[in-house]
Amino acid sequence: MSVIIFAETAKGSIKKASLEAISYGAQIAAQLQTTATAVVGGAISTEEAARAGEYGVSKVLLATNLPGHFDPMLVEQLVLKAVDASSAKIVVFSHDYAGRSVAPRIAARLKAGLVSGAVALPDTSAGFVVRKNVFSGKALAEYQINTEVKVITLLPNSVPAQKNGAAAAVESFDAALAGVQSSLKIEKKVREHKGGVLLTEAELVVSAGRGMKDPSNWNIIEELADTMGAATACSRPVSDIGWRPHHEHVGQTGIAIRPNLYIAVGISGAIQHLAGVNGSKVIVVINKDPEAPFFKAADYGVVGDAMEVVPRLTEAFRKFKAANS
Amino acid sequence: MKILVCISQVPDTTTKIAFTDNDTRFNEDKVQYIVNPYDEWYALVRALELKETLGGNVTIITAGNASVEAIIRKALAIGADDAVRIDMDAADAWSVAKSIADYAADKGFDLILAGKETIDYNGSEVPGMIAALLNQPYIALGSKLDVNGNTVSVEVEVDGEVEIISTALPCVVSAAKGMAEQRIPNMRGIMAARTKAITVVSSAEQALVKVHKFSLPKPKSEVKLIDADQMDTLVQLLHTEAKVI
Repeated sequence: MSVIIFAETAKGSIKKASLEAISYGAQIAAQLQTTATAVVGGAISTEEAARAGEYGVSKVLLATNLPGHFDPMLVEQLVLKAVDASSAKIVVFSHDYAGRSVAPRIAARLKAGLVSGAVALPDTSAGFVVRKNVFSGKALAEYQINTEVKVITLLPNSVPAQKNGAAAAVESFDAALAGVQSSLKIEKKVREHKGGVLLTEAELVVSAGRGMKDPSNWNIIEELADTMGAATACSRPVSDIGWRPHHEHVGQTGIAIRPNLYIAVGISGAIQHLAGVNGSKVIVVINKDPEAPFFKAADYGVVGDAMEVVPRLTEAFRKFKAANS
Repeated sequence: MKILVCISQVPDTTTKIAFTDNDTRFNEDKVQYIVNPYDEWYALVRALELKETLGGNVTIITAGNASVEAIIRKALAIGADDAVRIDMDAADAWSVAKSIADYAADKGFDLILAGKETIDYNGSEVPGMIAALLNQPYIALGSKLDVNGNTVSVEVEVDGEVEIISTALPCVVSAAKGMAEQRIPNMRGIMAARTKAITVVSSAEQALVKVHKFSLPKPKSEVKLIDADQMDTLVQLLHTEAKVI
């Protein structure tokens, strides 16, 4: 009956989204009175891997023979072996690149019901029901999973990781992948991440749109983001005309994010943009047009010129930081 | 080059979402349906570009009853050569993926493309399942795709970095923003689409998961307006009231 959680590593530690998945899987195991095991792949020390126990798992299987980078084909084999070795009935991933790459394959191989992008712990009072966002965040659906083996991917930043355990026992797990060759060649990285805060993992995001008038005005957005420790994002029109890179575009056709705080500057709030940010816990809208539709979706609004309001907000954050550090 | 593009019918982005039958079914009343944008703008258009440079054939496939033929005609008007409709209730990702994999198994497609997710059920599930069922490699969330001989190379944004992943054909790739640009069908395409073949195949595959209740998120409370010269107040509210900083 046990629960298996796949965890990814970055820079020698377990990723934040994976810690959330570990905690989520451990809470499901507690709910079902069974045990949870984390499968950790990547370059990480035994001590760091053991920290998964702090988030509720009793055991960590540390894969010893994976390449340094994430390879979905090898991870699929690794997780299948771990599921087999522990007769796991529930397999949990984060709904990130790794989870999106591997979870559907695992589900198909095991003919297991899959719910991707879960936002709450399952209701196990009658059957097994998992809640997720549908219609790009405009509605929620409760899915009944009808198979014995179940696969769930957890939407990042939706169920907080709970620290409630001690270091776990770490077993090195040679999944005997020696005979398995990945059919993928992961060649090179053309654009290394330049520090700063990663948009998909950011708790605070400052985003701006056409209301900025000119790409040279983005310095005030970056200054606000730097002061807050926030990631920067943008709306579709400004990425389409090349003012900002495509990977910053949040919205229906770009990426969907769900930070704790989303500050939108000079973005009118088209429904396609809202679809990418409506999972944000708190939304602040700064726009000089009091009729901008975004104000209807906002928690806090400031009607004013971005060029004047943003530097004042940066200054206010600076004062706040100085007083609270 | 033989390419199969999986497309899905989704409600238009501006649709007001509502439910019927005691919140167990999506209310389709007056809903305008479109081709899922990730399938149409990125997967289908990239497939057509590959055909234009390398030659070959682009087939689209979708699951659903006869009512999905409107979006099939739209995809044919954009330039797909022919279409397959799997006559079934597209109730979950597994039943759709298994039916598509069963259809594709002996057709010799070199490449199967799909959007990275649909904008209705937001699953990111079907293409990965098809790949596993066909024992083919799967590359998710590709933002650029090139074919060189027997090799496909795909750029993927991973945690703010770009990876170039290559593999041998045949394989399955899901498409994200960047892979291609939207194409608007012209009158010639629309006329030609009327006579293109739609093959209908049946499937008895059953769903493994089922929605048993829909709900709408709690409505947002009224926006709190802060005066433009009171930014200290805003920061204080974010700290003490919203508790996000």
